[in-house]
Amino acid sequence: MAKVTIDGRTIEVPDGTTILQAARMIGPEVAPPTMCYYSKLKTSGGYCRTCLVEVTKGSEKDPRPMPKLVASCRTNVMDGMEVGNITSPKVIEARKGVVEFLLLNHPLDCPICDQAGECHLQDLSYEHGSSKTRTDFERRTFEKIDIGDKIQLHMTRCILCYRCVKVANQITDGRVHGVINRGDHSEISTYVEQAVDNDFSGNVIDVCPVGALTDKTFRFKSRVWFTKPVTAHRNCEKCSGKVNLWYKGEEVLRVTGRKDQWGEVEEFICNTCRFDKKSTSDWTIEGPTTISRHSVISANHYEVFKKPTEFKLNEVKPLTIQEGDKS
Amino acid sequence: MSDIKFSEETLALANKIIARYPEGKQKSALIPLLHLAQAEFDGWLSPAAMDYVASLLKIQNIEAYEVASFYSMFNLSPVGKCMIEVCRTSSCWVRGANEVIAHLENKLGIKEGETTADGMFTLKAVECLGSCGTAPMMMIGAQFHENLTHEKLDAIIDTCKQEGKRKTYLDSVVVDNY
Amino acid sequence: MGRKILLAHDHVPGIQSYEVYRKHGGYNSVEKAIKTMTPEAVVEEVKKSGLRGRGGAGFPTGMKWSFLAKPEGVPRYLVCNADESEPGTFKDRYLMSRIPHTLVEGMITSSYALGVNAAYIYIRGEYFYIVSILEKAIEEAYANGWLGKNILGSGYHLDLYVHVGAGAYICGEETALLESLEGKRGNPRIKPPFPAIAGLYGCPTVVNNVETLAAVSFIVNEGGDEYAKIGIGKSAGTKLISASGHINKPGVYEIEMGISVEDFINSEEYCGGMLNGKKLKAVVAGGSSVPILPADKILHLANGEKRLMSYESLADGGFGGGTMLGSGGFIVMDEDTSIVENLFTFARFYHHESCGQCSPCREGTAWMEKILHKMIDGHATLSDIDLLWEIQAKIEGNTICPLGDAAAWPVASAIRHFRSEFEEYVNNPKSVKKVIRMAL
Repeated sequence: MAKVTIDGRTIEVPDGTTILQAARMIGPEVAPPTMCYYSKLKTSGGYCRTCLVEVTKGSEKDPRPMPKLVASCRTNVMDGMEVGNITSPKVIEARKGVVEFLLLNHPLDCPICDQAGECHLQDLSYEHGSSKTRTDFERRTFEKIDIGDKIQLHMTRCILCYRCVKVANQITDGRVHGVINRGDHSEISTYVEQAVDNDFSGNVIDVCPVGALTDKTFRFKSRVWFTKPVTAHRNCEKCSGKVNLWYKGEEVLRVTGRKDQWGEVEEFICNTCRFDKKSTSDWTIEGPTTISRHSVISANHYEVFKKPTEFKLNEVKPLTIQEGDKS
Repeated sequence: MSDIKFSEETLALANKIIARYPEGKQKSALIPLLHLAQAEFDGWLSPAAMDYVASLLKIQNIEAYEVASFYSMFNLSPVGKCMIEVCRTSSCWVRGANEVIAHLENKLGIKEGETTADGMFTLKAVECLGSCGTAPMMMIGAQFHENLTHEKLDAIIDTCKQEGKRKTYLDSVVVDNY
Repeated sequence: MGRKILLAHDHVPGIQSYEVYRKHGGYNSVEKAIKTMTPEAVVEEVKKSGLRGRGGAGFPTGMKWSFLAKPEGVPRYLVCNADESEPGTFKDRYLMSRIPHTLVEGMITSSYALGVNAAYIYIRGEYFYIVSILEKAIEEAYANGWLGKNILGSGYHLDLYVHVGAGAYICGEETALLESLEGKRGNPRIKPPFPAIAGLYGCPTVVNNVETLAAVSFIVNEGGDEYAKIGIGKSAGTKLISASGHINKPGVYEIEMGISVEDFINSEEYCGGMLNGKKLKAVVAGGSSVPILPADKILHLANGEKRLMSYESLADGGFGGGTMLGSGGFIVMDEDTSIVENLFTFARFYHHESCGQCSPCREGTAWMEKILHKMIDGHATLSDIDLLWEIQAKIEGNTICPLGDAAAWPVASAIRHFRSEFEEYVNNPKSVKKVIRMAL
């Protein structure tokens, strides 16, 4: 066991736990944001650099601080380690830089993006970014591509988190898409026109932190915050069959995996459940899904009002749609 | 499967290369085999050529695309018979690389990045080739051309034209006794 | 004349061939090591020698070797990093093409010390012509019993192969190199684990530079103590310096560490002075990644003493006033050189070479190149200089591998030492633009 202190809060965790996992065990207040790490995907993480933290004390044995900020998702705790996340000015600065880098080529057109409302980059830039853009160079753009009849790839929005590649490697067989080219020319692609098509390919949509991979059967049918998530299951031969159904009125607009508080699916689901089972009669309904009241999705489901005096100046959301309360 | 296939001689070489790596690690031979394919199949890697290499190594096609598109020496579209790669990084730049490029653009009647209409030359500016002490320099195929002058450039282009042959990285070359 | 070790026989006619190389003492170190020393004893000599990695980082080689994990029944690998791609550096090319056996010999001795039975030379694709030179040397070594099964009747066996890359600076980073050797994209791995624990195919692996491995032969022949006597302080031994730019005699020089920078530039034995009698403006002393220094700072330390060609002396003054020996890529710039335009070529280089895995490097290197391009075109504002500074600061230290730092340091140092020149590009773009003529 190792004792680790993150932002002044101490927890004891098994050896081999990463700083990020330990922080999540303590709670969301000290958990660093993540854009590429995904606990259900092996070897994920390390790329985006949003979860950088400062190790001010290496361990009880070797108390020297680490010379550089480290990716908390890929660094294991040591007994006696002390870590600064939001209490470290260095981390705040670096994270601001990372957000700026990620937005350099990401379009700021959330109002027309299907992911708006459940976009991790939107949340990240709101919480850790700056409200100004310092670049006037053109952003890179790509044509939208259909990779099969159910999934659309819009590379323009991709932040190269590699999650969809890891999904293809780890839970499907015969990966046909990957990262091609190099540097800022890198792109997710099949290179030659090909469908990403197998029983579990739809999971790339759920793991995508932005609106680069979207569900064609749902695209632009509704804003997510106008839909109502319901927890449901069915007996499925291929997967657990445990899903969220997203209703508008009586109609199931989409089916997704169930997500935990970190925005990760609890279990991957198959394409039959995701794309082919869109009537209530296919499912056993368990009840309404609990949605964090901090989420924009909750806006139409809970009557929460704030007095104007409760808003702080820095809560003005720079890049995103104005609907909903996101305190 | 298309009719793209290595010659017997190349296939033997490919198998010799694959044998350099431990059992089950034949993917290690991917880059060397892509080089063989590029040299044998007209100086560039078509999807069919990459699929062929992937099949030899028993890997997914996308793995070959990912790798081929990462490394700057692999051409993913057709190029001229002689691809002129002019180094333009610091040491070459301070010794006149820009003028080398301008001279060649002028002589060949194309811009950097383009191929002549007859398919003979492609002019490409590249990053440091590790020949900084003999700057300015360029490579055509595997051959380094160093300490370039206007006269040398003209002579090299003329020789290439006369020979009319495709130059590849696998060519045996004359080594300057620098 | 300084002492020569690696290039001692450089001018012997035919030294590229096995017979001549052998006649001049070649492969003696293999004989000595295998017949008279235990592997541990060889490692011990390398430790004593004070040899440091010649690829750029300067990490003590003996220490690196001693980290190598040795679990039972798991193969270990030695990989030679011949991916030499740092702008300004061409020493490994020189050594491999002129005296190929010196690398082969060093690798056999080192492999024996590390208990390795398969070793690879990873050479950059642009050096394709050297592949055949090395392969010929390896063939000769096999033919003469220095490689293969039961070397010198000792029961020790070793296979050595050349593996060619295909154009990627990043593959000089050791974990990217291993990925590339496994047939993948050259994306650096996230460390730990380090290669000494899990390297090639997940097995314990040592990755060493060409020059480092070549130096092992002398250390085994003459002893670690003898090597440590050469050079100065912790900069033991000799170093190959690749000299380029505005000097009379560009080329590769073997120096005994500790000679002064001034002597290196001006003496006839080395650079032969400034080209066309121009004044020295700046030097990039250790390859494109290290901080550029203006003439006064590269020639002298803050206390007025002469700066020396050694790890410590070049680093004296920290990042504010010093630089690094790095890979020994020594680029000299005369008074007419535009620091901003040279920096642009570096920025373009790092943008081109970023693997694209982590966001600060992928996006930041492209951004810096764009701003510098704008500056050279005469469209930049003064705030762009500050922005450049901030971008490099946000990249440095925040990336997976050192390429981020390598891209940031040249920008930081150029602004630190030559800020007024950047301002000139903003205020007076027309007057600063220069056309560089070919020197010859």
